[in-house]
Amino acid sequence: MAEASSTPSDERVKQISPLRRALIRPELGAMVGTLAVFAFFILFAFDSGMFNSQGIMNWATVSAQFMIIAVGACLLMIAGEFDLSVGSMIGFAGMMIAIFGVTIGIPMWAAILITFFLCISIGALNGFIVIRTGLPSFIVTLAFLFILRGFTIFLPQMVERKTIIGGIREAAEGDWLAPIFGGKIFGSLFIWLGDAGLITVFERGTRAGQPVVDGIPMLIVWALVLVVFGHVLLTRTKFGNWIFASGGDAEAARNSGVPVTRVKMYMFMFTAFCATVFAICQVMEFGSAGADRGLLKEFEAIIAVVIGGALLTGGYGSVIGAALGAVIFGVVQQGLFFAGVESSLFRVFLGVILLGAVILNTYIRRMITGER
Amino acid sequence: MTKVIKSLALGAAVLAAPFAATAEGHGDTLNYVLVSHAPDSDSWWNTIKNGIALGGEQMGVNVEYRNPPTGDLADMARIIEQAAASGPNGIITTLADFDVLSGPIRNAVDSGVDVIIINSGTPEQAREVGALMYVGQPEYDAGYAAGLRAKGDGVGSFLCVNHYISSPASSERCQGFADGLGIDLGNQMIDSGQDPSEIKNRVQAYLSANPETDAVLTLGPTSADPTLLALEEIGLSGDIYFGTFDLGENIVQGIRDGVIEWGIDQQPFLQAYLPVIVMANYHRYGVLPGNNINSGPGFVTADGLEMVEKFAGEFR
Repeated sequence: MAEASSTPSDERVKQISPLRRALIRPELGAMVGTLAVFAFFILFAFDSGMFNSQGIMNWATVSAQFMIIAVGACLLMIAGEFDLSVGSMIGFAGMMIAIFGVTIGIPMWAAILITFFLCISIGALNGFIVIRTGLPSFIVTLAFLFILRGFTIFLPQMVERKTIIGGIREAAEGDWLAPIFGGKIFGSLFIWLGDAGLITVFERGTRAGQPVVDGIPMLIVWALVLVVFGHVLLTRTKFGNWIFASGGDAEAARNSGVPVTRVKMYMFMFTAFCATVFAICQVMEFGSAGADRGLLKEFEAIIAVVIGGALLTGGYGSVIGAALGAVIFGVVQQGLFFAGVESSLFRVFLGVILLGAVILNTYIRRMITGER
Repeated sequence: MTKVIKSLALGAAVLAAPFAATAEGHGDTLNYVLVSHAPDSDSWWNTIKNGIALGGEQMGVNVEYRNPPTGDLADMARIIEQAAASGPNGIITTLADFDVLSGPIRNAVDSGVDVIIINSGTPEQAREVGALMYVGQPEYDAGYAAGLRAKGDGVGSFLCVNHYISSPASSERCQGFADGLGIDLGNQMIDSGQDPSEIKNRVQAYLSANPETDAVLTLGPTSADPTLLALEEIGLSGDIYFGTFDLGENIVQGIRDGVIEWGIDQQPFLQAYLPVIVMANYHRYGVLPGNNINSGPGFVTADGLEMVEKFAGEFR
């Protein structure tokens, strides 16, 4: 498919100007939106601390969180399915880390690997049930939303008689695998920046003189790696074409030899993987797992993907778009606080942006596909 | 397409309106941010909002209220980081989970922002993160005091309706009550969820499965209001011993009707109002009370309800 469209000399292919081809893409709406959002906050909240080192790190981290789950949700949605259990999976995975690593006390790397295995298995189970029964993934994963959340509350109460388990940071000390999720990189660069007076340093306390931002959290690194991986997978590989085909018309894809079952299964497992990465980064940073972690995150992932131009019906979308959607979501969410907007109005803004993005994306898609 | 652009422009104008009002607030005035752990749906925090608003108005300082919309504590940590980055003079925050929130709070303190801990957490934890003081009601102690009182009234078993089971503070209230009664908590605490009709049905289900239950303890209006309805429907109003944490309009009515024995008021108004007063005076004149402030517990019974009733849900 990709080879055919990139052959320019075929006279049967309609000629499109390079400018038009550069502009007309699923993520165009998200690109415009990202620029608009940044322009807006630079205009209204520039001196509020939003664009100093602490502020940038704040919205960048929140955006990266959305990005991690949005990549999984995006690929799955393009493959034509939903996963509503993402939020519960985040809570569940975090709790598994706490129970294995703290309560049972096995080494943290083993706890992390077991958690990955468990969660990806549950993702596979999701996919298996959806494919075997032919039920909408909406319903199946909604069931897992409740099942996983239930276990996330029940298990810690059973083993520790409380719903928040702490001590993860201490348990992860000296572990070789944990820093890949909870560590920070480029620390010395930030110390240099702090010494050079380019970023602010702590004024008092035991860390006086150290920079307020002491490195790039691995959370952000994971987000970028996953976005690049997802984008390459989707646009540069045969498997990527299969994802589009499975979501566009599963029956037609199956008839032309696409292993639809396998594609969807892998995508459910990948979504679970992304949720687990999110959860592990979170528990490693905060040092505790709580039963209420990840509430409503599944919708936030879907919102980011939709802002990014993907179609709810599958078969159309872009990982870069979803990543930009996550940036828009993160910047708006934190930016509204910086701009001093009454916080109960946050949902109003979110709704307005979602609606605006979907309308804009629909126009763009009609321009691309020529549908009316 | 022009239609889209027009509607976007309109949207931008609507978006911009709230900023114009706050933009002139910067300058020499003091800016305080209150961060809570409460989800949007928890109406109890309205009193807190009114408390800081009044405190801010009386002291002539800017106050803002922020919370994680779903009550996710990890999101709350980000809000505290964000609040610190915006460079206010002070942050007033709850400390619902020490592991999650202590890092961001300590960073805020170290970057020069004064912090007062309210509502959740303990005085020891407040000192550990470098806060100026703690304003609140120690949860376990309040539950314990209530348990002692109920034991004096002849209670031997109870149902704790926990609508916020993921917060350790909520479970501590139930645990304290059980210890005050001198009995084992066991499975007398139920996870009721936040939905009123679910809470009502679960209370009814528990009470019909355990008819020998002496008392019901609810943890706030969210669980107390549906429990009132539940008791009325199964004819136990006034018959079963009913105590609750916190106050609200229906709770006050329940106390007056003799359905609810007592309500424990932790006086959330003071938790929001006093920190603003304390901080403003500290920042202007350098004066600071030498100790933590206990805003509660206070038992509200049928005596002297008039004032409570007048301001229930607003300042009480």
